[in-house]
Amino acid sequence: MTKRLWAGAAAAAAAVAVIVAACAADGPPAKIPLPADGTAGGHKSEPVSAFEVQGKKSGYLYATPETQAMENDDGENPASLWLEQGEALWTKKDGEAGKSCGSCHGAAANLRGVGTTYPKVSKVTGKLFTIEDQINYCRTEYMKAPPFKLETQDMLGMAIFVMYQSRGLPMNVSVDGPAKPYFEEGDRLYHTRRGQMNVACTQCHENNAGNYIRADLLSEGYSNGFPLYRLAWQRAGSFDYRMEECYGRVRAQPEPYGSEELKKLQLYVAWRSNGLPVETPAVRR
Amino acid sequence: MTAKELGMDLPPALSRRIVLIGAAGLASGLIAGRDATAQALQPGAHVQVLNKLVGGKKATPGRIKLRIPEIAENGNTVPMTVSVDSPMTPDNYVKAVHIVTDNNPRPEVSSFYFTPANGKAEVSTRIRLAETMHVIAYAELSDGSVWSDQAEAKVTIGGCGG
Amino acid sequence: MPTARIRLPAGIKKGEVIEVKTLVTHAMESGQRKDANGQVIPRKILNKFVCTYNGKEIFRADLWPAISANPYIAFFIKAADSGTLDFAWTDDDGSVIKESAKIEVT
Repeated sequence: MTKRLWAGAAAAAAAVAVIVAACAADGPPAKIPLPADGTAGGHKSEPVSAFEVQGKKSGYLYATPETQAMENDDGENPASLWLEQGEALWTKKDGEAGKSCGSCHGAAANLRGVGTTYPKVSKVTGKLFTIEDQINYCRTEYMKAPPFKLETQDMLGMAIFVMYQSRGLPMNVSVDGPAKPYFEEGDRLYHTRRGQMNVACTQCHENNAGNYIRADLLSEGYSNGFPLYRLAWQRAGSFDYRMEECYGRVRAQPEPYGSEELKKLQLYVAWRSNGLPVETPAVRR
Repeated sequence: MTAKELGMDLPPALSRRIVLIGAAGLASGLIAGRDATAQALQPGAHVQVLNKLVGGKKATPGRIKLRIPEIAENGNTVPMTVSVDSPMTPDNYVKAVHIVTDNNPRPEVSSFYFTPANGKAEVSTRIRLAETMHVIAYAELSDGSVWSDQAEAKVTIGGCGG
Repeated sequence: MPTARIRLPAGIKKGEVIEVKTLVTHAMESGQRKDANGQVIPRKILNKFVCTYNGKEIFRADLWPAISANPYIAFFIKAADSGTLDFAWTDDDGSVIKESAKIEVT
């Protein structure tokens, strides 16, 4: 009886170890435990205050003072609504495994720094993962829960909450090793003219950053604030949501959210943004 | 429109494309149409609305200050702050602030009702402006006086972001 | 899932006049837009906002479709006592989004 109990306990312990190891493969060790009061234990950070790094100017510096003011204060930043939703989801158990994000990762603050490296090639799958892909991989593989649909409030909320853990840290995506072929393809896409307008990303965001296109001031086109809130959208949106608009403006067929092309393009744009602090959730026009 | 007018120094082929993008932005702005169905408003409808709200009292310019960007970055979300010079004591306070516009599908934007417990008669919000127009604010005080201010916000047509 | 968010300053002194910043998730559908099939999308907005302080109404707003989505309303209160601030936004469909915040004065 005692022996069997011990054996059962050992088996259970082994099972737990396997689960923890599986989860840990997708994130840093859960050093800070999940708070006992049921909150997410997120990292507390002040809004970013330095917007120019290594000659790169964040899109923030191309916004009007009124729009900047919305990003300067979390109480005024409308994306805070999505952030809070993500925070609430962190501790919500979902799926057949009966787990929440916090079950594996502990306090959300353990993810500080993780967001700066996305998109990245997943060590587990060998595929190029955006932060949304990683969230859904955790959900389907470890939580045994259905994936979040892209651009829904749940997905945007969780993606914003995860990226927000790294707010203020420099973007730091890797384009070497397994990421190299994806990066090269992203580079090609960034410089490819497309649509009836026959325009490439470079024509606006490299050759003409700082110039006006009608009444709009063209920015340098960095991705360090995504997912972000746009005044025009009156909602939060991901990099892919923004690209849908860019593709549409140059009269090109938009790519579906989460497409391989958009992931590679995002890797290239994130690499261009390396060094700029994560601003998520940023506010733009 | 030339590249120069756009403040751009571009090769002619590209500048033409940029102008086209601008035109596309304008067209989609019309289609997305903050207002697809509304009729053009008769001049003065906003004044009638204000008169009704304050019971026909005459408004005097002053004491209320409306702050809105001169050029709105996007008409869908325009930040606005209204403040009224008042001690906000039980016998001398601001009862209400009414906001209207003169060129939206409907003139009404919002009415804010204060009490002395606010301590300060100031409110901030974000509003929609379909195009360049005036925003008008009326303040009703506890002594029965009505004060007004107005400001124009230019709403521009974007090239990309809408 | 509607979310509301209230921000008060830290370290409030008794009698101090403080700014209360409120945000709420809502599309504020104006009733003036058409969908892809040319059908008018019916109006659905938050038309009323009320703030009570320890049970007493201190601030109220009537809202129209010209208020942007995810309404932001910031106003001031005189922090006379510790207690509760209650906020309520009323939807055109009659539903009410409620949120409250504890206020502590020293």
